[in-house]
Amino acid sequence: MSSAKPKSGAPGTGRRAARPGGVLLRFLARRLAAALLLCVGITLVAFTLTQLVPGDPAAANLGQQAIGDPAAVAAFRAKYGLDQPLPVQYLTYIGNVFQGNLGMSQQSHRPVAEDLAEFVPATIELALFAIVVSLLVGVALGVVAAVNRDRWPDQVLRVVSLGGVSMPTFWVALVAFYLLSFKFDLLPGTGRLDPVLSPPPYTTGFYSVDAALAGQWDVMWSALGHLVLPSLVLAVYTVGMLMRFSRASVLEILGNDYVRAARAKGLPERVVIVRHVLRPAMVAIITVAGVAFGSLLSGAVLVEKIFSWPGVGQYAYRSAVNLDLPGIMGVSIVVAAVYILINLLVDLLYGVIDPRIRLT
Amino acid sequence: MGTLLEVEDLTVWLATRNGPRKAVDGLTFRVDSGEVFGIAGESGSGKTMTAMALLGLLPHAARTSGRAVFEGRDLLAMKPRELRDVRGRSIAMVSQDPSTSLHPMLSIETQVTEHMRHHLGVGKSEARGRAVELLSTVRIPDPERALRAHPAQFSGGMRQRIAIAVALACEPRLLLADEPTTALDVTVQAGILRLLNRLRQERDLAVVVITHDLGVMSAVADRICVMYGGRTAEIGPRETVLTHPRHPYTRGLLDALPHPEGGAATLRPIPGSPPSLGAVPEGCPFHPRCAFAVASCREERPEPVPVGSDHRVACPPDPLGGEA
Ligand SMILES: Nc1ncnc2c1ncn2[C@@H]1O[C@H](COP(=O)(O)OP(=O)(O)O)[C@@H](O)[C@H]1O
Ligand code: SF4
Ligand SMILES: [Mg+2]
Repeated sequence: MSSAKPKSGAPGTGRRAARPGGVLLRFLARRLAAALLLCVGITLVAFTLTQLVPGDPAAANLGQQAIGDPAAVAAFRAKYGLDQPLPVQYLTYIGNVFQGNLGMSQQSHRPVAEDLAEFVPATIELALFAIVVSLLVGVALGVVAAVNRDRWPDQVLRVVSLGGVSMPTFWVALVAFYLLSFKFDLLPGTGRLDPVLSPPPYTTGFYSVDAALAGQWDVMWSALGHLVLPSLVLAVYTVGMLMRFSRASVLEILGNDYVRAARAKGLPERVVIVRHVLRPAMVAIITVAGVAFGSLLSGAVLVEKIFSWPGVGQYAYRSAVNLDLPGIMGVSIVVAAVYILINLLVDLLYGVIDPRIRLT
Repeated sequence: MGTLLEVEDLTVWLATRNGPRKAVDGLTFRVDSGEVFGIAGESGSGKTMTAMALLGLLPHAARTSGRAVFEGRDLLAMKPRELRDVRGRSIAMVSQDPSTSLHPMLSIETQVTEHMRHHLGVGKSEARGRAVELLSTVRIPDPERALRAHPAQFSGGMRQRIAIAVALACEPRLLLADEPTTALDVTVQAGILRLLNRLRQERDLAVVVITHDLGVMSAVADRICVMYGGRTAEIGPRETVLTHPRHPYTRGLLDALPHPEGGAATLRPIPGSPPSLGAVPEGCPFHPRCAFAVASCREERPEPVPVGSDHRVACPPDPLGGEA
């Protein structure tokens, strides 16, 4: 927080002349370079970890019978490069990763990249849907709680958010599934589409978007309908979390001089809140939203299982129990990349919201 | 000159842990159109709460009584909606620290024009044109460019000039300036005061200047109200109050001012400190610190009574009466 004081008082002496766009680009380039390094580091960690895991992938994949056959084991090891020294295995792997080649899954016998292209968008679609709902609902309720501080709406919402953050996701998922899908049949409960429909042509991997692009409206509605239940279950926790945080952050901003100044201008309360309070509050809220998105991804493993959602969580689970090393490493890289991307996005949003960041 | 604002028996209760406490207690004063009216007193004497009461911006759960008639209507009796139409349009505020009172994330253009557009219904480009004029009125160099900038790109003095431009945007009749120079470097204080003085002459604008610094008062105020413990100690024309003070507290404040020729040696601060909220003593609130206190000062609450033309003092023993 530098409060720049150009001596003359002329605006932006020098600073603004440095083209804010250029500054932002340079800032982003730095962040990208750091992110790339981070990615390499993560592959290394993932690779090392898989080496430390007790258990023989050949044993896990070939089954009891073939284990007794040394030729089969050797062939398996040669096929997946497991007979090479570790550093060579790693370097080969990295080289391949940068060519988009994540190896063959020992479990699906397909390229890991192909598997991921199918499973990752399913999870991202779910998590995006959930985070958008969480942000809209959580921030709105947080603002309502803050402006009604200590009055009944605040008290009620406090209980709601406490419930949201303290109910275990698996329990919410089971109850929601049982009531809304099984018992009252209000929402589709499992999978990404009605079984009678076939997936839309692949463009983004998001069924709802791909269907809309292809003009298959029935498919799009079915895809959206299937998103509702699992994403709402995922959102229960993040709504609670974002509500609490938005309330605190709005309350903090409400105490500022510039809010009193905005009120002294006779602006309607709605304008004061949206323009003068929410904007600075969003800086903090976005940070938490980034963290919330991360927690959504980890919550997804469970929710995907319960709602038979063919996402990366299910894929990771299957890879792990089968000790499918290429699969595990592929998932690690994608998850790391997603986290890094989120952080990048959060940084970018800071710059959009707060001009002081753009200028320094 | 007509009366613009007539405040009568204004009392403000603030919510505290121990229940409501008086931050302002029975304040009566008037502000004429086009004049600079000063409210002085040490920190905690209730100056800011007086201004906030007029704007309807008191802290949560505060209450008021009395009247504050502005252009024929009682501000204290207005509905929130009506008061919002007065705020920013007929009565504007400039507060102490422009680095916190200007919004750090909104452009100067937004901050100067948003209430103009809301209250006066002017379009974007017209509001912009007016904003350029306003910024040149308060002497901001290169106003066109300043509109695109953000507060962090200006010095403290420039920010306060911008805050004043914001306050003037809807051509208010009354400006409440709460410690407008306190947060600024000494070198730029005089410039801001000159600006306020020029504006009230050019624009038929009445200004209430709130300050703990009687030096500031002597530079701008036409009439002065000296407050202590939420009450009026002395009120009257600047000349009278500053050169022939009749209240021991006013006298004490003046003695505490550094003299231009005397240096630190002549600086005599008032012993003790002002009462905190809810702890204002019985009788004359100033008696524990007053060198002239007599027995009756501990019991009777003195009301300000006229002692000369337009001059009222709340000190029945009147120990300084003979000096004039
Ligand atoms: N938000 C608040 N809640 C409770 N007490 C307050 C609040 N703001 C100010 N006060 C108290 O009210 C009294 C008057 O304050 P104020 O009007 O700000 O004084 P001044 O502006 O003259 O320094 C002081 O005792 C102060 O501590
Ligand atoms: S009333 Fe008494 S205590 Fe109060 S200022 Fe006058 S002399 Fe001092
Ligand atoms: Mg004050």
